[in-house]
Amino acid sequence: MTQFLAFIKKEFFHIMRDTRTMFILLVMPVVMIIIFGFAISTEIRNINVVVVAPNSSESIRQIIEKIEANEYFNVVGFLNSSKDIDREMRRDKADIALVFDSDFEREPSMQIVVDAANPVVATSEMFYLSAVMRDYFISKFKGVIPTESIGTNIHMLYNPQMKSSYNFVPGIMGLIFILICAMMTSVSIVREKEIGTMEVLLASPVKPLHIIFAKMIPYFVISCVNLATILLLAFFLLDIPMTGNLFWLCAISLIYILLSLSLGLLISTVVESQVAAMFASLLGLMIPVLMLSGMMFPIENMPIPLQTVSNIVPAKWYISAVRKLMIEGLAFSYIVKELSILIGMTIFLTVIALKKFKNRL
Amino acid sequence: MAILKYLLEKEVKQFMRNAFIPKMIIAYPLIIMLVLPLITTMDIKNIKLTIVDSDHSSTSENLVNKISASSYFTIETIAENYSEALSEIEYGSVDVILEIPKDFESNIISGNGTEVQISANAVDGSKGSLGGNYLSNIISDFNVELSQKAGTPRHAVVNIMVQNRYNEFLDYRDYMIPALIAILLILLCGLLPALNIVLEKENGTIEQMNVTPVSKTMFILAKLIPYWVMGLVVLTICFVVAWAVYGLVPQGSFLTIYCASILFIFIMSGFGLIISNYSATLQQALFVIFFFIMTFILMSGLFTPTKSMPVWAEIVSSFIPPRYLIEIMRNVYLKGGGFVDLYPKFLALGGFVVVVNFIAVLSYRKRS
Repeated sequence: MTQFLAFIKKEFFHIMRDTRTMFILLVMPVVMIIIFGFAISTEIRNINVVVVAPNSSESIRQIIEKIEANEYFNVVGFLNSSKDIDREMRRDKADIALVFDSDFEREPSMQIVVDAANPVVATSEMFYLSAVMRDYFISKFKGVIPTESIGTNIHMLYNPQMKSSYNFVPGIMGLIFILICAMMTSVSIVREKEIGTMEVLLASPVKPLHIIFAKMIPYFVISCVNLATILLLAFFLLDIPMTGNLFWLCAISLIYILLSLSLGLLISTVVESQVAAMFASLLGLMIPVLMLSGMMFPIENMPIPLQTVSNIVPAKWYISAVRKLMIEGLAFSYIVKELSILIGMTIFLTVIALKKFKNRL
Repeated sequence: MAILKYLLEKEVKQFMRNAFIPKMIIAYPLIIMLVLPLITTMDIKNIKLTIVDSDHSSTSENLVNKISASSYFTIETIAENYSEALSEIEYGSVDVILEIPKDFESNIISGNGTEVQISANAVDGSKGSLGGNYLSNIISDFNVELSQKAGTPRHAVVNIMVQNRYNEFLDYRDYMIPALIAILLILLCGLLPALNIVLEKENGTIEQMNVTPVSKTMFILAKLIPYWVMGLVVLTICFVVAWAVYGLVPQGSFLTIYCASILFIFIMSGFGLIISNYSATLQQALFVIFFFIMTFILMSGLFTPTKSMPVWAEIVSSFIPPRYLIEIMRNVYLKGGGFVDLYPKFLALGGFVVVVNFIAVLSYRKRS
């Protein structure tokens, strides 16, 4: 036991004395929370509008005023002819062009040209614009337009302010733990193999399994520190409600950390070089976590084979459980499925990794 | 010059005899070009809807039929009451609830008007709002149909025509594919040469190089040139794949794209050099690289528009080189922009080439 403790101590020193790595390990979650929480968002703002109006009339002026007054739109200029729209859009100076017909006052007819290169943004821009236009026409032609007999009242559940960070924070947690536990553990074990020090260790009286566990424990501790940092930042900085059960949130995170550690061990038993370990974690873990976990791209839009593949990405289940606990504030009974899948995966991976782990080189 | 030739020969041989890297060079572009476009789609389809119909009238039935006919929604269940529908949202089996109130039909007929309630799961904000908006659009259409049936035809007061320019069919893939090529260049021309040099340091073979008469310029050039060539070859493969698989060809000229890519390749390889100069072990280099790649991918506007960022973040993103390549690629592919339209972006890329490589040369030392 003392031997084991001494080993853990050695591994701790190993990591702590590499100040740069240590710094990145502890600061990375903070930076990611800031990037995801404040910098990245999917809301559309600052939509640049150009206007092509052959002659200025009262209603055109009113429409432009109405659009200018809206927080989403900036009217950036007037063009002489609709031929210039292309030039402005190519230079990314205009997103939407309003083209009024020459006889707008008598026979209102107009064309809206949208830069649809990014279809999602274009769709949202049109939603906003048509809302503004509808408001204007309803107030202008009172009585001519029949009032709508069915009104709609839209209610945004769990995230009334539509903050993107609510969606991203669970994703960051899924990403960070995979990165620190799986990638770092596998690289640091393979490194010993590659520089030949593993041979020395295996020839020593230390049990091979102890060597491995001693390598994992520091990363486990760092992950726990990161978990605490992320939860505190999410609560105090991003105002995420955290109405769910904190105990189960921590419990499922610890299981996910263990799962990532066993993934790291598994990778280290299969590959021979550090570069290979890195690419295995990058291709096999990072990209699936970013792409297939539902963190950035909705899973239900993908083709069926990819949806099936997404089921074996542990992060998908973890992120789904964290969303339920942290943001929707649901009770434990709602995450039983996710929890049991993660526990099952952890046991499965650990057994395979330990079986594949060789005492010899 | 003869030295450079021999060094290059050595690098190429070393590269080809590696068991892993050449395979990866083939695998990466294929994955990025064939699988990623399937994943990175933001078109929202098949939003799962549950309906609470407290009216059970023919009008409410018509509304439900109209919704189920649209391609955006699949009606999963008809719930008895709101709390039953809410628990479906909690279990994650539906995304949006539509509540049709009691006396829906009679209020429409009497002209009093009525209101339906839409509740969307907005944890994923953009999905929630798109779902809600699509649904209220369908209801607006339904309103028009109703008033037509009632005999008060709603004449179009204003005739509005909408034109989706540059991406007529609103295909998100066409928008992503040109940009994904940029990620490939970050990996191939930035990451790989950096790892290669750090590995020589870690193995100690760089010491042997340092005692030979090879100048440091030759050494670095021999390391970088294979990756430059590889970057251009892979780039060309990507263009062919984009054309063959997705039928996507640039509206503008290839010359613009290649010029931008070459500038970007120089930036990335200089960047890789800086990292390798400051790292002693592969693990250290790895972390720094990972950190930058994450920031590059997230802040460059690849997945989320840079225009949506707050002002400070937009300023940060203007110091992120991939942003310009991604913008140029998308512009040339979809909008057909040329040098005249894009010169501010080219100037930015050119500026980065000078600054990054200047720092790289300054930080390089031929002793350990």
